[in-house]
Amino acid sequence: MKIILNIWRQKNPSSPGKLVRYVLPSVSEHMSFLEMLDVLNEDLMQKGDDPVTFEHDCREGICGSCGIMIDGVAHGPLPGTTVCQLHMRHFKDGDELVLEPWRAKAFPVLKDLMVDRSAFDRIIQAGGYISVNTGSAPDANAIPVPKPDAERAMDAAACIGCGACVAACPNASASLFTAAKVSHLGLLPQGQPERPQRVISMVNSMNAELFGSCTNIGECEAVCPKRIPIETIALMHRDYLKACWSFRPESTASQGAG
Amino acid sequence: MRVARLYDSTVGKKAVMAATGVLLFGFVITHLLGNLQFYLGPEALNAYGRNLRHLGALLWAARLGLLAAVLLHISAAVQLWRLNKQARPSHYEKLTAAGSSYASRTMMWSGPILALFIGYHLYHLTLGAHLLHDADGFPLVYQNVVAGFSDPLASGLYIVAMSFLGMHLMHGIWSMFQSIGWNHPKYTPLIKRIAVLTAALIVAGNISIPVAVLLFHQ
Ligand code: HEM
Ligand code: FES
Repeated sequence: MKIILNIWRQKNPSSPGKLVRYVLPSVSEHMSFLEMLDVLNEDLMQKGDDPVTFEHDCREGICGSCGIMIDGVAHGPLPGTTVCQLHMRHFKDGDELVLEPWRAKAFPVLKDLMVDRSAFDRIIQAGGYISVNTGSAPDANAIPVPKPDAERAMDAAACIGCGACVAACPNASASLFTAAKVSHLGLLPQGQPERPQRVISMVNSMNAELFGSCTNIGECEAVCPKRIPIETIALMHRDYLKACWSFRPESTASQGAG
Repeated sequence: MRVARLYDSTVGKKAVMAATGVLLFGFVITHLLGNLQFYLGPEALNAYGRNLRHLGALLWAARLGLLAAVLLHISAAVQLWRLNKQARPSHYEKLTAAGSSYASRTMMWSGPILALFIGYHLYHLTLGAHLLHDADGFPLVYQNVVAGFSDPLASGLYIVAMSFLGMHLMHGIWSMFQSIGWNHPKYTPLIKRIAVLTAALIVAGNISIPVAVLLFHQ
């Protein structure tokens, strides 16, 4: 089948960039979207042109590196799917598509379709951890976890940090990502000791990275390849308000005992 | 201090939008119930207006409270909107909505239009020098409403403004719950349906009055 791609080409973070049109005359419907780009790049390199830079790693939908805006939708038209898991059979012969990188102040474009998502890493560093003793692993069932909690935590933990939520949000908000990371620990017993501090640190870090705010419109959950619901964002809001409300200054009583 | 720190965050600003949104929503409902007394005739509506004025200090407390709510609601909205613009400095060549409603994407249109309408409405039916009063200085609400809505242009403006109010509330009513952290797979779909229904009733109830004046009071 014939596919026409209008791809965002940008040399480096500071140069302007523009759409460039490529006609691919014989794309197999069995190819994944990224394999189609591989074919295009082979072709470009053979002609001595600069290949299109795009990020990819696992190609099995679990690493989160392959985000592209395909015709204005993050990860393309198939819901609950990363670009690497999107196959060309979902397109029609003669389709003309626009490919763009994620666009957000916090995600500067490095080159072509690849952005720098390290702002996400800094949000995780701010609070996406629990404190445990190292050593031999505890028994899996040593701490009872109610099944609904385990399932909700697992659903949130499915977040692969791809950034589609930020890309699709008209406000470039990272609320769904941050909420997923806050909740997957906050819903489990092991996450309780740091729960109030975690949500405050991670929300403040999300704000400091200049992501936008949530307007509850739901574009993020529509494009999330792991189908994480915005119920998760409500949980983050509740935890944040509760943590601010119940914050107390450090106790000065009984210091130096023993 | 702690409140100021909370307000510094986007989550805190949204909580303020939700809290002030509840107050404004409560006002809109109360106002509708007051307006519908139009159908009880001139005596009933004018007596309602007089009784409101008799509340005195309480009325002023409510007015100042609403003014504060509107100002807080608008300033949080504008501050968040500016943050959101900064967060997406370069635009997509193509962006397709995949899961949001039209009403939810246009809150920053319907909201400011409502603010303009509130100003016009206060002039048109509360404060303007053209309004009729009885011998004791109380407004003749019924006569003012009939005179005001006999102008098709004014009636048209109200009808358009109420449609924007309906859009704002269609998203706003359920959004309040989400902003303060109440979302539940069992109740949220129900709340969304109630939001649309309530918004439709508010719009229909308010619009019916200018329509009734235009049709039956010429
Ligand atoms: C009669 C007047 C108004 C009423 C009843 C009203 C009601 C509401 C409600 C209930 C919400 C939901 C709060 C939340 O998301 O948690 C809301 C949100 C909002 N309002 Fe208003 N509002 C009014 C006027 C305005 C005005 C004058 C503006 C203009 C600046 C405005 C702008 C917004 C914005 C931007 C949101 C956020 C939307 C979102 O969360 O997606 N509103 N409003
Ligand atoms: S390449 Fe790993 S998720 Fe697509």
